[in-house]
Amino acid sequence: MEIVYVYTKKRSEFGRQCNFSDKPAELHVDILPDPSLTDNFIDRDPCDVAIQCTQEMSEHEVNTERFDCEPCGINHVEGGWPKDVNSQEMEQTIRYRKKVEKDENYVNTLMQLGSHMEHCIRQNNTIDIYQEYFEEEEIVEEMEGQPSAKTVNVFRDPNEVKRTATSLSWHPDGSCKLAVAYSSMEFQKVTKDMSYDSYIWDLENTNKPEMTLKPVSPLVCLEYNPKDSHILIGGSYNGQIAYWDTRKGSQPVEMSAVEHSHRDPVYKVIWLQSKTGTDSFSASTDGQVLWWDIRKMSEPTERLVLDPSKKGNLDNALGAFSLEFETTMPTKFMVGTEQGVVVSCNRKAKTPAEKIVCTYSGHYGPIYALQRNPFFPKNFLTVADWTARIWSEDIRDSSIMWTKYHMAYLSDGCWSPARPSVFFTVKMDGTLDIWDFLFKQNDPTLSLKVCDEALYSLRVQDNGRFLGCGSQLGTATLLEISSGLCTLQKNEKALATAMFERETKREKILEACHREMRLKERSRSEQSKEDEAKDGEAEESAEELVACAEREFYEVVEAEMKKRGKDDKKEKEKYEGKDGCKEKES
Amino acid sequence: MAEVEETLKRIQSQKGVQAIIIVNAEGIPVKTTLDNSSTVQYAGLIHQLVMKARSTVRDIDPQNDLTFLRVRSKKNEIMIAPDKDYFLIVIQNPTE
Repeated sequence: MEIVYVYTKKRSEFGRQCNFSDKPAELHVDILPDPSLTDNFIDRDPCDVAIQCTQEMSEHEVNTERFDCEPCGINHVEGGWPKDVNSQEMEQTIRYRKKVEKDENYVNTLMQLGSHMEHCIRQNNTIDIYQEYFEEEEIVEEMEGQPSAKTVNVFRDPNEVKRTATSLSWHPDGSCKLAVAYSSMEFQKVTKDMSYDSYIWDLENTNKPEMTLKPVSPLVCLEYNPKDSHILIGGSYNGQIAYWDTRKGSQPVEMSAVEHSHRDPVYKVIWLQSKTGTDSFSASTDGQVLWWDIRKMSEPTERLVLDPSKKGNLDNALGAFSLEFETTMPTKFMVGTEQGVVVSCNRKAKTPAEKIVCTYSGHYGPIYALQRNPFFPKNFLTVADWTARIWSEDIRDSSIMWTKYHMAYLSDGCWSPARPSVFFTVKMDGTLDIWDFLFKQNDPTLSLKVCDEALYSLRVQDNGRFLGCGSQLGTATLLEISSGLCTLQKNEKALATAMFERETKREKILEACHREMRLKERSRSEQSKEDEAKDGEAEESAEELVACAEREFYEVVEAEMKKRGKDDKKEKEKYEGKDGCKEKES
Repeated sequence: MAEVEETLKRIQSQKGVQAIIIVNAEGIPVKTTLDNSSTVQYAGLIHQLVMKARSTVRDIDPQNDLTFLRVRSKKNEIMIAPDKDYFLIVIQNPTE
């Protein structure tokens, strides 16, 4: 459809000029503002409205199920040869290669690539672009402001029914593996489907344990042999000791005979230092400490009953909970008991009675951890009930330093192998405390909540930097602590020595004071006993004593009353005297 | 042909060069100065690496392309010059 507009104009009007004329301005319309019109409108509060002209989108997160990957290598086999060439036949391959070399494309490409490559090679030879400058300068380690610790890895119990991680042991060389013993420590809570296995974890792989150890009964404690990193010894819930060789598989190589083992769960087993590297000893709450040679597990090589009366009476014995052995003092060892007493023993004593040297009491509950300070072997740390205490070997009656009473039970503790004044404790509320008593004595330097459930075990790696803690639900957490807490500070040894000496001296003085007071008391009571004997042999029976006490009491009361009566009389007389005087006067 | 030989000889004579391998697009080593098993291993692995590197570069910018790849390791440096049909791989030990 065409839109056409026809325009006509007279020919004579073409070319005529326009005659413009001036005219004054004319007002055509004037509309004045009418205020009455505003009544039709309501003023609206100005408000900010944001408008965006984009697509509406929403954010959503999805977590996929954990995907188990396993790394594996690939073996390369020669391939890529065209069908007509048999790769095994030398002739055919050579012929093929010669053919390719004659190809023009090949020649051109290679010239180009070759020149490019030469440039890079020459570059490499001229300057080493990856050269390390300032290699000799030592980086001065500065103390960071805040001590800190962070979780590096978490190893969870792969079984459905979770058991407590009761003990951890680091691999002796390089510490790239962690052996964790799992068992259920609650009485009669073991269910049928609870597995007995304990695992060795590789620190890099948290999905799957590197190796499983399958004991006959769940393991309560587990230790790597420091001399041979393939051998582990474990103490189990039923009292037996078993040892594994990781090269031989998951089953124990040998187990101790049930008749000669402990009768209660074995709470601690430690390797001893010996020429053969096969000796170890174990402790359990049945009151015995047994020595084993793993080559012959049918019966223990030595036995010690922790009877404080030194008679070897098993009924009297104290149940052992923790053991301590320092390789620099091979004849001495210490046992922490259920009754809160630390027993120091000498292995080389000739008679069993002499084996128990002395006891240190002061705790109210079982001693869960016992360790000598690696720098000052005369001082040791005990962790029990709600406190951790540091003791000196010379002072028997009390510890030289102790922490305040916490709200939660302390379940394990150990010294840092890198710093003499740092030790770690874990509590039943899932917190890890790092104490540095040269920095702060009242509170831990760092207190971290590792998990919500109770922590049962703790182990520091030999470099003092990593530590593993095991919890009630079988989760072993690997933490890394800041370098300030694991590098030896200047003067630290001297300061720690000074502190230990000062506290030891204080305790000695207190002990001496107590002793003096006790002596005085004794001498006083002895004197009074002598007097009584002079009066007439009073028999030391309880009733007599009570009657005696009653008599004395009444005598004292009567004496007081008489005294008061005399005083009253005297006062009255005085008063009357005064009155008399007054009367006389007046 | 002769120029190719000359180029390769020149490269080989440079200081520190340990081996030269020429691989075609299918992964067949055409020319090599190394023993067969190592050559096969290098050819197979480096082929995959170059493919991956090239696809990475092109994913980021489709106009771009891989021209050279250098893999520096503790013991030596592997230099790869890729092309449409062939790769030139040179292993050099650039210590002074």
